[in-house]
Formats: sequence, structure tokens, C-alpha cells
Amino acid sequence: MPLTESWQTAEIPGPKKASLIIKPEIADAMIRRAKRPIMIVGHGAIEYEIEGNKLIDCIIELAKKANIPVVVTASTSREFQGRGFKTAGLMPAMDIGNRLKDPAWMGLDGKGNYDLAIFVGLPYYMEWTILSGLKHFAPQVKTMTLDCVYQPNASWSFPNSTIKDWAANFRGIIEHFGESP
Amino acid sequence: MAKKGLTLKIGELHSDIASLRNVNISIGAVTGERWGEPMGPTPFPSLTTLRSWDHILLDRYKPFYLPFCDLCCLCTFGKCDLTGNKRGACGIDMAAQQSRIVLLASSIGAATHIAHARDLVGHVIGEFGRSHPIDVGGNAIEVEAPHTRLVCGIKPETLGDLEEILEYCENQVTQLLAVTHTGQEGSCLDFESKVLHAGMIDHVGMEIADIAQISAYAMPKADPESPLVDLGMGTVDIRKPVILVIGHAVPPAAGIIDYMRDNDLESKIELTGICCTALDMTRYSSQAKIIGPISWQLRYIRSGVPDLIVIDEQCIRCDTLVEAAKIQAPVIATSEKNCCSLPDRTADPAEEIVSDLVSGRIPGALILDTQKVGEVAVRTVSEVAKKRRKFKNLPSVDEIVRMAKKCTQCAQCRRACPNDLPILYAVKAAASGNLRGLDEIYDDCVGCGRCESACTQKIPLHSIIVAAADRMTKEESYCIRSGRGAIQDVEIRKVGGPIVLGEIPGVVAFVGCANYPKGSREVAEMCMEFAKRRYIVCTSGCAAMSAGMYRDENGKTAYELYPGSFEAGGIVNVGSCVSNAHISGAAIKIASIFARRPLRGNYEEIADYVHNRVGAVGVAWGAMSQKAAAIASGFWRLGIPVVVGPHGSKYRRMLLGRSDRTEDWYVHDARTGEDVYGGPVPEHLFFAAETKEEAMVMVAKLAMRPNDTTKGRAIKLSNYIDLHRRLIGNMPPDISLFVRKTADIPVTMKDEVERHLADAGWTEKEIPDPTLLERMIRKSKEA
Repeated sequence: MPLTESWQTAEIPGPKKASLIIKPEIADAMIRRAKRPIMIVGHGAIEYEIEGNKLIDCIIELAKKANIPVVVTASTSREFQGRGFKTAGLMPAMDIGNRLKDPAWMGLDGKGNYDLAIFVGLPYYMEWTILSGLKHFAPQVKTMTLDCVYQPNASWSFPNSTIKDWAANFRGIIEHFGESP
Repeated sequence: MAKKGLTLKIGELHSDIASLRNVNISIGAVTGERWGEPMGPTPFPSLTTLRSWDHILLDRYKPFYLPFCDLCCLCTFGKCDLTGNKRGACGIDMAAQQSRIVLLASSIGAATHIAHARDLVGHVIGEFGRSHPIDVGGNAIEVEAPHTRLVCGIKPETLGDLEEILEYCENQVTQLLAVTHTGQEGSCLDFESKVLHAGMIDHVGMEIADIAQISAYAMPKADPESPLVDLGMGTVDIRKPVILVIGHAVPPAAGIIDYMRDNDLESKIELTGICCTALDMTRYSSQAKIIGPISWQLRYIRSGVPDLIVIDEQCIRCDTLVEAAKIQAPVIATSEKNCCSLPDRTADPAEEIVSDLVSGRIPGALILDTQKVGEVAVRTVSEVAKKRRKFKNLPSVDEIVRMAKKCTQCAQCRRACPNDLPILYAVKAAASGNLRGLDEIYDDCVGCGRCESACTQKIPLHSIIVAAADRMTKEESYCIRSGRGAIQDVEIRKVGGPIVLGEIPGVVAFVGCANYPKGSREVAEMCMEFAKRRYIVCTSGCAAMSAGMYRDENGKTAYELYPGSFEAGGIVNVGSCVSNAHISGAAIKIASIFARRPLRGNYEEIADYVHNRVGAVGVAWGAMSQKAAAIASGFWRLGIPVVVGPHGSKYRRMLLGRSDRTEDWYVHDARTGEDVYGGPVPEHLFFAAETKEEAMVMVAKLAMRPNDTTKGRAIKLSNYIDLHRRLIGNMPPDISLFVRKTADIPVTMKDEVERHLADAGWTEKEIPDPTLLERMIRKSKEA
């Protein structure tokens, strides 16, 4: 499977394409470098599995260990609540994208906009378009996706991966952050 | 309106100031005015007449651009890379380029409806004459053409009157298209203003098209009890010859129905249809059958059921001729806009054309005469059906298994699928004889066939999906209320008050195409939920069909469960694409008939009224086309929000409000002239939802208006909170933004809401008499 082709074949954006997260250390470094990261989690988090674990559980583990606030979309909220995880907010993906592009937005906690937006679990094409909006109109925000498919409009993306490779990468990122606080 | 051309010739005239000789004065039309309402400020608006209104809306609902391509490739300077802040060779930037593409799409959509209207009007004038009266609802309707009256300041009375309106629309669309040329507008907001203009013109064009066909073809005239008609592949009697019509223009289908009626063949031939022609032909004959939305084209053709395919215009697959050849069915093309490379046989005798089609000497024919289409289609299908014996292009179970074994699991099918469906896994299971996965994919498949084109092993993937779901297709047996057309004035009078006060929680219109993320069932579920909650639900086009393609636990479809009247809890199918004008027209009529606001050429005031007081929301869950873009744009200019499904994010931009920016939500209080915080209602003008659940909650939220009474707001809030709790799992986090007075709080939710309000530091706010137009402030008049 081609690593750096858009997962949906025809969704080719243009000259500027995402850098590859070829090993977990890259994502780890980007997250550590960020002063104000945020994770945006779509409903795919409750539909996808990573080798026996629900994606949502992996996301919660990462969010806790890396201390990243999570904003959830749509009905994903219920699943986070059910797992006792307190999210930073509930907001449709379009709204969070629109706010991220505004440098004056004070964020969900009133402390200012974010410098790293990590997307996971949105429909591929919808994530593609929102990331495109941020690529062109939010130079102050770097973007990353943790889905198992290549998102060319992100700043960093996993390549198109098998579930096994994706699991290894995801697990690697989580492990780099050590024990949860 | 009566009008007449006038020419004055003056041979010689002497006066104190001048002498004239041989002067000819020609006046195109003299209007015999029979409409007493004074003309408003903006009849026949040009591209910039309503620009200030547009900018009021766009200042609140700013575009969030989602470029679908980083490049511009519209001229030979290009391709130009517009990434980030780069400008193209012509100087355009990315925001302007995106809005330019949106304008192109909306102009294409508007042009398509207007051209459709032009053909229809020309056709029915040819058949019935210019003086044939317009009648969309008899005595039940006085405001017969709300868009036309509002935009043009004209009250049409005859078919001939419609021509002048179309001339205006055609002129405006040409102007709009010119705006997209290299080196015209460079400002994204000026492009956006013109997008709204295209939408407004589009609704006028749609209105003209539906008025013409309702008046001429005796379609249901604002009838809440229009008949229930058959819907679904399972309703077709395959023992009979079957004609399939596809497209949007009803005259050829009407020609077929007329010929069958004249020759007593209605019970001997099945007339079936896909897309809006299907809807409109059931308005002409309730014996015709609707197969399904646009996405049913490939599956129905490949099933081999249709013996003859008649195509007219719009949304027809470009490979129809190829697909028809695979099932040995001839094609009759009937529109100048879609000739399909077929020979023009319009002038030939019907006998010869029938002979050539039946013998297979030609794969199809272009016939631009609807009467002849009727004769040729009916005579041909009777003969072809005997030869074809329902020859289909679907594999047997054994063939499916054999073909599935060729699959290399390369995933190209999945990567080509708009909905990322796991086709490869289903094929892998099929290789071992388990067809269940393919069967499950059928429900979510949008019928595009891209999986097949992408398959490296040339497996006919769409065919095997449809074949595996054979049992399901045979069970597709539903019903739909045929399109009723306009909303009666008396209905508007009854519901106008409860809508404007907020006591009917909203009018929700499910419209548009069938590019659904998870099948058509979601549309039916949404319709039923809102009808159950006593919203007024309207449907049109492919969405109207989808609304009927689901049965509840008692085996009833939405149209059997809910009445077709424009009332709380009604599900109102207005008709085809062009009937969308009746939905926006109903909002205009609330302002005009219920609130008695002047209608004639008075766009801004009416739009301001609708935006601030009429809790209407459009939902285009499967919006796909440029026409859908134009239809949405027409709703936006009236200030009516539109929610689309996740694929709608590909329309390249949203129009989003920011509820956190308090300063964006001030309105003028028309009573006092004070600027008052009206709250973020409606919060967005154009919004793509990720899931059905998110869409439903958003619809309930977007139905709120600043004018809601406390009782009305409480009803709207109870729906918003209840849907949010049930579908999202908790109280809406933004509830404090929508409660203005304690009386707004739904009684049954009082304690919980009050806790939230206390946590948010909420305080009571004024309820204004809202307007966004300074000139509507009454204080200055009274002073």
C-alpha cells in the first residue's frame, strides 16, 4: 500500500503535503514541543479497534499520559463519560476547526489558542477538508493525525498503515510518555 | 399581470421646444397592473442591490474555507499554487478562489433550474398557450408566487407572464457567471454576496418551473391529501414491460403517460422512474412508480428490470448508454442538454424509430418531441420486453464466489469508495461463500460504481453487491405521498403565529440528493423524529424518497404515519427539486400573509423577518450537486440555516457563527432602537454535521430565533436538551446562551437547567423585537 498517497485515492490536495510519522518518536517530539496541544476526537474513536482495544481507550491512555486536553465531537462524548474521562469540551468538528483558525480565540479554558491540534476518528474526507482549512488559514496551528491512513493536509500524519503497524505506532507514542500521572 | 408590446410611430410633431420627424418609439411591454400593493425598494435586484444585506449576514456568519484543492487551474497562467498566503498569477488568493468556485457551483445550479424552467415554460406555452392561467392552488392560494413577487415585484397570472421573469433570471445568471472570469472580483466576501444572489435567483427559477408544470399538467394543487404512490424496486410488476425514466423534466414522461392513457395501456405497462422526473410523473399519474433516489440508477438498470430507458436532464449517469447496452435495453434521450451521442430521430416517423430500436440497429435515439417520445417509448417497450426477457447484468451466487476469489485485497475499491466501505473484506468473505458482508454494504452504498472502476482485477463489484442483496431489493416496497406543491394560504395563517412565537418548535426541510454517509434510512429516521416532536417537516427531491424508504416497527412508512398538511407533526412532500421553492416560499408567506409585511420587491425586510422570527432549518443530508449548492444559497439569503451531511464539507466552505463572540449577536430592538444581545440564534448559516445525531441536535438548536416568546423558547429548548441528552449523552454545554429569562426554562427540566445556569454565572437578558435593519426601527418613525 502506498505510504504517502491520500487514503481516498482522488483526494489529492497540492504541493504541500503532510510529513510522515514514520516512528513514534516523531509524534512524541511534536507533542512535547507543543505548548498548548489539543486532541480532537471524532466518532470513529468508538467504531475502530486497534488489535482488540477500542481506539477510544488508546486515546484516553495517550491523553492522560501526555496530559493533552481532549475535545470530543458528536455522540463520542457519552463513551468518554462512561469511561470516567473528563473531556475539555464537546464541540462539533466544524466549530472547533473554525475556532482553531482564529489566533484570537482563547481556547476551551480561556488561556489562549492551541499550537498543536491532533485529530483522530473523524470521517476521512471531513477531516481532510478541515485540515485543509487549517493548512491554508491557520499558520499558527500545527496539525497531526493519529488515524491509520495518510492525511495529506495535516502537518504530520501516519502513513497508510496496516492495523498491526498502526497499533505498534500508537502504542509506541503512548509508551514514550511513561506512566500516566 | 397582463402585458402587451407597443410601438408608437410619429411622422411629424411640432412643439414650442422641438420639431420631430419620423420617430419610432417601441416599448417592449406595457403592464396592465392588477396588483394594488405598492412597489417595494428592490424590484429586479442587480448583483449589488442587496449587497449590504448580504454583508450583514456574512459579518455574523463568516466563511470558514475548506479548500478542496490547493491549486487554481482555470486559466493558462496556471496551475497556480495558492497554498497559504500565496497569490496566483492573476492576484487571487485562496479565500477568493474558494468563494469563486462556490459561486461557479451556485451559478451552475441556478442556470440548470432556470434552463429547466425555460424549457418547461416554452413547452407548456406551446401546448396550452400564453394566456393559460396560472393555478397552483385555486382559491386556497392567493400568493401564488412568493419568490417572484418578492424578488421581481411581479404578480404573474398566465404562463406568458413567466417569460419576463425568466428573462431576468437568465440575465442575472449570465452576469454572475461573468463574475467568475479571471480578473473580476478579488474579494471573497463580494464573491459570497454573489453566491447569495445566485441562490435567490435560483429559487425564483425553481418557482417558475413548478408553477408552470402544476398549472399545465393538473398536478396536485397545494393538496395536503395528495395520493400515496408506490416507491421501491419491489413494487414493480416484472411480468409487464417496464419503462424507466431518469432525470428532472416531466414532459417526456407526461408524453408516455398520455400515450398509454389514449391507448388504454396504463395497466399493461409499468412506468417507473428515478430522481425528480419520477416524483413529478407521479404528480401527473398516481399509477407511475418511483424506484428511488439518484443512487438507485446503476443497481436498477443492472437488475435487468427496465426494458427501455428514457432520459431527460440533470443528475443522469453519463454512462447510461453503456449500462443500458449491458442489459440490452434501448435508450431514448429527450433533452438538448443530454444527447448521449445518439442520432437525432425527431423528424423520423415513429414507426421507423420503433423498428430500429427493437431490432437493435441503433442503441438508442434522440427524440426532441415529447408526443413522439410517448408513442415510440410505449410501442418499443412492448416489443423489446418480449426479446429481452429481463436480461440482467448481475452475477449468480456461484459467479460471485468465483469472481471474489480473484480479489488480491489491494484495497483500491475501499480507497475509491466515497464512504470508505470495507468492500475488500466483504469480497474476501464472499470468496468462501459468505455473502452477508456484501449484503450489508448495499444499505450504505451510494451507487457510484467507483469501486468497480478502481478494481485491478476487473471484478464487477457494484454488481456483486447488488446481486448479493437480491432479497433486499425485492423487499423494497414502500410508499410516498406525491408532491403536493405549494403551501395553502390558510395553512400559513394557522401556523404562522405558533411558528413566529416559537410554539411550533420549527420547520425542518429535508431536501437534496442521496450522497448519504450511512444510507437513506437516516433521513427517514430524522423525519419521523422531528414529526413526532411536532415540528413541521417538509421533504423534496431524493430526500423525499429516502424519507419513505423505511418502515417503523409497525410496518408503516413516514408518509403513512404523518399527515401531509403544513402543520405541527406533518410530513409535507412538496415534490421535486424545483418544488423546493415552495418551502422557502412558505417562510416568505409567513412574513407576508401572517405578519402582513409588504412583499412586493421588498427582499431585505422579508429576509430580516424570516431570519429573526421563522424557525426554519434546511437539511440536505446527502447534498451532492451544484443545484443543491444553489438551493442552499437561496435559503441563506433569506437567513435560513442549512445543515448538510459530512460530505457537504466538500462544498469548500461553511458559514459559521461564533457563539463565544458576544459582540456578533446584537440586534436592533425595533421598538426602542437600542442594540440588544439577541443570543447566538440561529448559530450557523451553513454547517456540515459529522453524524446523524449531531445533525439532529444542531437542527433543534438552529430552529431558535431571537423573537421566540418565553413559551416558544421553552418548547424549543426542551427539544434541544432532550435530543442532546438522548443522542449525545448529556446536557448541552451551551445551554446558558439560549436561556434569556427564567420563563424560558422548560418546566420539566427546571432544576437541572438552573444548576447549569448557576455554574455559568447566567443572568437574565432582554427579549428584543429583533431586526438587523436600522430602517426597521419604529422609534424613529414615532418620534
